[in-house]
Amino acid sequence: MQRWKQEVPAVLLLAGLGLAPFIGFGEGYVLTLLARAMILAMAAVSLSFIVGGAGLVSLGHAAMLGFGAYAVVILDDLQIVEAMVVLPVAMLAAAGFALVTGAIAIRTSGVHFIMITLAFGQMAYFTATSLSGYGGDDGYTLYARSEVNGARILSDRLGFHFICLGALTLTWLFCRMLLASRFGRVLRAVRGNPMRARALGFSPYPYRLVAYVIAGAIGGAAGFLFANATEFVAPAYISWQRSGELLFMVILGGISGLHGALLGALGFVLLEEWLSHQWEHWRIAFGVLLILAVLFLPNGLAGIPNQVARMFRRG
Amino acid sequence: MSLTLLLVQGLNGLQLGILLFLIAAGLTLVFGVMDFINLAHGVQYMLGAYFAAHFAAATDSFWLALLLALPATLLVGLVLEFLVFRHLYDRDHMAQVLATFGVILILNDGVRWVFGSAPLQVPMPEALTGGFPIMDGLLYPHYRLAIIAGGLATAGLLWWLVERTKVGMLIRAGATNAPMVAALGVDIRRLFMVVFGFGAMLAGFAGVMAAPILSVEPGMGDNLLILAFVVIVIGGIGSVRGAFLAALLVGLVETLGRSLMPDVMRLFLDPSSARQVGAALASMLVYIAMAAILALRPAGLFPVRTA
Amino acid sequence: MLSLRGLRKNFGGLAVTDDVTLDVSPGEIHAIIGPNGAGKTTLINEISGVLPLDAGQILFDGRDVTRLPLHRRARLGLARSFQITSIIPDFSALENTALAVQAGDGSSFRFFRPTASEARLNTAAMAALDSVGLAHRAATPAGAMSHGEKRQLELAIALATQPRLLLLDEPLAGAGPEETERLIGILRSFRGRYTIMLVEHDMQAVFALADRISVLVYGRLIATGGPELIRQNPEVRAAYLGEDDIPLSGAPC
Ligand SMILES: Nc1ncnc2c1ncn2[C@@H]1O[C@H](COP(=O)(O)OP(=O)(O)O)[C@@H](O)[C@H]1O
Ligand SMILES: [Mg+2]
Repeated sequence: MQRWKQEVPAVLLLAGLGLAPFIGFGEGYVLTLLARAMILAMAAVSLSFIVGGAGLVSLGHAAMLGFGAYAVVILDDLQIVEAMVVLPVAMLAAAGFALVTGAIAIRTSGVHFIMITLAFGQMAYFTATSLSGYGGDDGYTLYARSEVNGARILSDRLGFHFICLGALTLTWLFCRMLLASRFGRVLRAVRGNPMRARALGFSPYPYRLVAYVIAGAIGGAAGFLFANATEFVAPAYISWQRSGELLFMVILGGISGLHGALLGALGFVLLEEWLSHQWEHWRIAFGVLLILAVLFLPNGLAGIPNQVARMFRRG
Repeated sequence: MSLTLLLVQGLNGLQLGILLFLIAAGLTLVFGVMDFINLAHGVQYMLGAYFAAHFAAATDSFWLALLLALPATLLVGLVLEFLVFRHLYDRDHMAQVLATFGVILILNDGVRWVFGSAPLQVPMPEALTGGFPIMDGLLYPHYRLAIIAGGLATAGLLWWLVERTKVGMLIRAGATNAPMVAALGVDIRRLFMVVFGFGAMLAGFAGVMAAPILSVEPGMGDNLLILAFVVIVIGGIGSVRGAFLAALLVGLVETLGRSLMPDVMRLFLDPSSARQVGAALASMLVYIAMAAILALRPAGLFPVRTA
Repeated sequence: MLSLRGLRKNFGGLAVTDDVTLDVSPGEIHAIIGPNGAGKTTLINEISGVLPLDAGQILFDGRDVTRLPLHRRARLGLARSFQITSIIPDFSALENTALAVQAGDGSSFRFFRPTASEARLNTAAMAALDSVGLAHRAATPAGAMSHGEKRQLELAIALATQPRLLLLDEPLAGAGPEETERLIGILRSFRGRYTIMLVEHDMQAVFALADRISVLVYGRLIATGGPELIRQNPEVRAAYLGEDDIPLSGAPC
């Protein structure tokens, strides 16, 4: 059927990222940028999983990254840098936060869900600013990147590039698998028509909560990588503007499939980077592009091929 | 904490609440009547302040600046409505959020381009520079009292407009059931434009009034926008009365929390951590309040929408 | 099978369900008729658990389900269709129906297997689609179907849950003459296989299909009985059908 065609852009994108270091994008600066883009893409894919898959439009997803990043910070302060310990802690911390806040937030819906996730995100943000032992507002510089079994793979630029790519690919495959499973079918049904799903015997709440917690755990993993990428963590990383940016990446890419989030995140980060070198007031151009994208690409970047195809078919 | 300080902070909270209300009023109407999420509403506030700064410098008079800034923000609101927003009424909330975020980026950087990044100062109007003695020879600035008075007067005017005039009746009906109003043959697009322009002007008015006591700088509307959203969600989307009460509540909680929480924390913690934890808790208070209210009353304190 | 005991519901002072007591026996098609606004949809909503009651008791298979939420009642075997078509527009007809099969096939907290290729779900779903004559449209997105097809799909979804009781709210609503013929044929094929509570406006259909009929007027049941009895009941004629209503005399089939 048509299904495999949908995956072509994502596969091409991931393959391109794998080849990038060998086709002239191997400089340190470019790799740093790509690592940032891939980590944010990972967070965006997990957000797209709950936005597009479950209809949970969260404006607090950066908090999940925050829990992951601050897990790295707190363990770093205790001189624990083994990724086999730090990563699970980061994911569990974020999942725990998602469980507690999701249990309350998922009782609401629509705009109220957006606002209550914003509220919990802000609570996390202000908590981070009060952590005076870890730099408070000013942030915390890591002593070292995490190690894997004592090996310093994450400190190697190329190694880190492929770890981020691997994590992103895994996230994409994992979320895809979830959406295609029985569980994912119920999620999608609840999003498409909650009354129908309930009349068939599915209570939306537990499915949504589980999805929210899974997305939180993935966000925590992205936060773990983010802290390692920048070797510095500050509350500003989890401000509501960050959550907004993640949501924009998802919407810009298009929520009809997970590959939209990939496209959106990479497009967002790279476009931002490129524009900012062209013009001091590049945000004006960026804003105009966003508006044009909304007005003329109703299905996001991921919808472009279909739109073009339709234009040709029409004549 | 002395009683005097409490009184001063209470007045400051009232004043913040008034400014929040002026921003939230337009936001809640636009949201309630048009089901339109306008993130760019905060930049209207910023533009009001910038227009005030610009016209005050040009005319040397705060009052003239006020008089010129109001139609200017109205005009910007209408132009934005014409160029961007009216194409988004039929789209989902996510499209609206993304596009209006684009407007924020443009205008925040736009004022930086035109006026520079350095904060601008707006001198207080001559007549209101003094202070009002409240106990122990402590003066409370006339100007802040004037903000409270001006805001309350505007709130009264708004109440009259919404509750007592024909347009107001249509707006209320629109917030309750917009398709019904459209079906009755009202030109809903024109109504939208009126609400939109008026809301933009109210936010601009808040910006003008805030300009002399805050520094006028790019992005000054962003955090206030989030607070204004908190206000309309607590108050119940589409409810002007709810927005008024919630704005005062949020203003007071923000301001009093900031001065009281560190003291409260000192009961449990050493002074330096008390200051930090107290400040964080104070910033969190309004969000905690919103989360609690939403968890208990998902439609806010004064729900408007029927079913 | 289903026992309603003194159900009551007010919408702002207006009694929409007024002391309704009614039994549906296993295997029968029990029709509810009544003028617009009589409270038929409300009654279906109360039985299926969409709306809470003000008073009264609902027994399903002898079990008190009055306080169970919608999804729990569905799990017990209460399936319903909606007066206004309620399907999942992004799903294909097959996936809509397979979801319904899935509901009755153990836990849905299964995360690993792609469910689109689960033969067990698809076979049962295809059977349900086939029984309403939609097998050839299985791959069509539900949102892109014609109105009549959506009504058929809605029936297939209800069947696919293997219900013990079907609550059908105006399954013929909005269907054209040809579609109506087809839908009546489908409903007739359900006779004897399912217990059905059928709300319907189309009198020909009701008198052709129902074993028993209850008449609801302003929230009150004014009569229950076999089609002949209802046809001749003067109170029914006066209250609901007007003096000499055409569909009453000419019920064919
Ligand atoms: N949610 C509601 N709130 C208030 N009144 C309602 C509501 N739903 C239905 N009603 C009223 O209850 C009555 C019965 O409606 P309904 O059950 O839909 O009738 P029917 O399906 O027999 O046409 C009508 O008068 C309708 O206006
Ligand atoms: Mg009905």
